[in-house]
Amino acid sequence: MPQISQLAATYSSQIFWMMVIFGAVFFLVGRGMAPKVIETMESRDQKIAADLAAAEAARRDAEAQDDAWKAAAAQQRGEAQSLIAAAKADAAKAAEVRLGAAGAEVEARVAEAEARIAAAREGALAEIETVAADAAADIAARVAGLTVAGDAARAAVKDVLHG
Amino acid sequence: MGFTRVATEAKVDPMHQFTIEPLLGTDHWSLAGFNVAFTNSALWMLISAVVLYAFMLGGMKRELVPGRWQMMVESMTGFIENMLTANIGKEGRKYLPYVFSLFMFILFANLLGLLPLGLVGIHPFTFTSHFTATGVLAILSFAIVLVVGFWKHGLHFFSLFVPHGTPLPMIPLIFVIELVSFLVRPFSLGLRLFVAMMAGHVLLEVLSSFVIGGANAGAFFMGLVSIPSFILMVAICALEILVAGIQAYVFALLTALYINDAEHLH
Repeated sequence: MPQISQLAATYSSQIFWMMVIFGAVFFLVGRGMAPKVIETMESRDQKIAADLAAAEAARRDAEAQDDAWKAAAAQQRGEAQSLIAAAKADAAKAAEVRLGAAGAEVEARVAEAEARIAAAREGALAEIETVAADAAADIAARVAGLTVAGDAARAAVKDVLHG
Repeated sequence: MGFTRVATEAKVDPMHQFTIEPLLGTDHWSLAGFNVAFTNSALWMLISAVVLYAFMLGGMKRELVPGRWQMMVESMTGFIENMLTANIGKEGRKYLPYVFSLFMFILFANLLGLLPLGLVGIHPFTFTSHFTATGVLAILSFAIVLVVGFWKHGLHFFSLFVPHGTPLPMIPLIFVIELVSFLVRPFSLGLRLFVAMMAGHVLLEVLSSFVIGGANAGAFFMGLVSIPSFILMVAICALEILVAGIQAYVFALLTALYINDAEHLH
């Protein structure tokens, strides 16, 4: 077993080189490189976590904007509807007013026309009475030889015409 | 070299693979009177370190979207980091350099020692099959536990040896038992890795000697011994790759658990 049979001859060399070479490994690899590798891994983890957080924040922001947009749209729709309703009401009112005015005018014109018709009829009636009275007096003079005064003839015609 | 020698002698020394052979400075490289010759063991420590460094360079691209190599480096680093945070808590982060170096260095040593480079005439040397090497790492881990424990808790660190709720008369006995089990830790830590790696390599060597011995003894023994041994070898090679990972993990995990004791006592 060389480990034991060569012990006396080799132990110092073994221990010396082990310490030198493991020391070099410790300082170069252990202290020099391993922490940097860990650092790289940590910075990557942090980057991933930050990116995820940013994505989450962006998602929340987008959702908030979406909500705000929906609210604005709903509000605008309400405003538009109230505007339409107001316009409808205005239009209805205006139409009513114009209808009323037109109706009044129509009524006035109808009344005027009726008054004119009544006046014409009155005039016609008076004319008929006068003509009838003249005719009656004339008839009476020719048939009976009576001379009837104009007023009496007119009263007698009026009596007959109006019952 | 080993295989041809084995074939001609039809005999194999399964322990030969653990022989340390000096490559440079056999006699005159010394430090404070101790020989520090550059051996094949030191060479494979250096190779492990260089391969580990090259592997880690792939993780230094530091891209936001990692490629495969960077992903591998990051998953290894993340694995050790998770182990430390799971076992020690957030204080575990500061031990990452040490535990990560430990795990990766042992893992690469174990795996490189398993490479079938003997086919091209290079003989991988698994330095983790030497307790002089694993012992250094074990003592290092133990020293860190002691330093952290006494630094953070002072003499209160000794309360680690008295579990909560121990009846008063039992305290001296429990203290001694816990102290012994604590002091055994570096030995169990270092020996576990050394024994596991050595056993696996010996087993593979013994089985390969069966394969060659059976083949040399004729067609009948080749069918009877060599082929089943070879199939078993293939399976055990797969097992050894698993063991290489598990032993590195166990070493790192136990180090983390011991550090947790030092950080938090009980």
